[in-house]
Amino acid sequence: MVEVELKARRGGFHFDVACRFAAPWTVVFGPSGAGKSTLLRLVAGLESPDAGRVCIHGQYVTDTEIGLKVPAGRRRTGLVAQQPALFPHLSVVENVAYGLAGRIDLGRQTRQQRIGAVLDLVGALHLADRAPNALSGGEAQRIALARALAPMPRLLLLDEPLSALDASARDQVLTDLQAWLKAESIQTILVTHDAADALATEAEVALIGEGKLTAIGPASEVLAAERDRLLGRLQTGPSAANRPARRSKAK
Amino acid sequence: MDWQAFALTVKLASLTTAILLCLAVPLAAWLALGAGRWRASVEAITGLPLVLPPTVLGFYLLVLLGPLTGFGRALTALLGHPLAFSFSGLVVGSVIYSFPFAVQPIVAGFSSVDGALIDAATLLGAGRIRVLWSILIPLAGRSLLTAAILSFLHTMGEFGVVLMLGGDIPGATRTLSLVLFNQVEGFEYAKANGTALLLLIFCVALLTVVYARPKSLAAGGRHG
Repeated sequence: MVEVELKARRGGFHFDVACRFAAPWTVVFGPSGAGKSTLLRLVAGLESPDAGRVCIHGQYVTDTEIGLKVPAGRRRTGLVAQQPALFPHLSVVENVAYGLAGRIDLGRQTRQQRIGAVLDLVGALHLADRAPNALSGGEAQRIALARALAPMPRLLLLDEPLSALDASARDQVLTDLQAWLKAESIQTILVTHDAADALATEAEVALIGEGKLTAIGPASEVLAAERDRLLGRLQTGPSAANRPARRSKAK
Repeated sequence: MDWQAFALTVKLASLTTAILLCLAVPLAAWLALGAGRWRASVEAITGLPLVLPPTVLGFYLLVLLGPLTGFGRALTALLGHPLAFSFSGLVVGSVIYSFPFAVQPIVAGFSSVDGALIDAATLLGAGRIRVLWSILIPLAGRSLLTAAILSFLHTMGEFGVVLMLGGDIPGATRTLSLVLFNQVEGFEYAKANGTALLLLIFCVALLTVVYARPKSLAAGGRHG
């Protein structure tokens, strides 16, 4: 379970979110600039809030009141952003192995098995020896995902991580990923501005807009208005669908 | 050609460059990774030798390292000899004088590394030293080469600090720049030409390495 209570000001943008992510797979849905990425960066420890706290599985990792900020690398949190950010001077397999380098508790064979397993999971085992500059955008995103999974984080944060993949490939990776994460008991928060991603999964959905959380609950309830809008688009064309959607009230 | 002075100059430049790289890399990483409130002050101090007349710097170093100050006397007692008018003193002066030529290219190189790569490494558990060693240095390797060459050449050609702090002692502190100055003062233009030409060729050759087209390192996912 992840509990956040965060306030941050970024120029004219005010971020103020307090909620509890209890489901194994939560989709944070909202338009661009709503604060979705800020939420993930604050939870990951890459940014500091002006005030608030973050608690991951019962352990406080941020608490401004007592000046607590556990370094990002010690939170056992994986983050995959839209930009893959692969280390360009390392091969694919070296990129995936990067997070395992300090794990003296794992033997060499275990590390290699882990690397093979995560590359296989994202369908990129055949790319192991490639250099990042020889990868397509979609391939690079798969490798970034494998790299974040290799150290087995307790919390995985996904910021539109498969946007460069076509819909069918993305669905395939997401389905396999969900099953794997469930088996490994790794909680996941996925950020997207694509309603289809949120509706495709039977996940808990958090709706975020202008730095505020407006609703959280099952996708069928929270995204009812968004689903109506998409259905309306099918029936009447894009012009009707572009009207602002009615939003669910925050619980 | 004064080969003794040439050897001493190369030795001074090599030693200075090695020390500078050891000092400049961690400092540049500290500056590039967005250090705290002292950043501006530290940058100003490291850049000071760029604008300060070398004779001013040489004079203050001479005073600081000589018997006039407590620091100088303590240093003399510790080393068993004064740093002023010695090769060791020359190394200290050269390190200070060439400091910005080492630090600034490395800061620029480290700053140009994509922050997303540093974030990714940090999230994967890398501490600052590992980020420096495994990400910043490999990706900004060319900046390190530039810093090394600029520091080396700057030390090769320094005059004011060498004269003020080292005097002109053959075999101990007489560098090629001082030899050239002495040759011109003695109207030995042919010899001066040889010395100047050697310095010129050295500078052009090494600067060519700096400005040669860098091998590109492309970020992941460029096509498709």
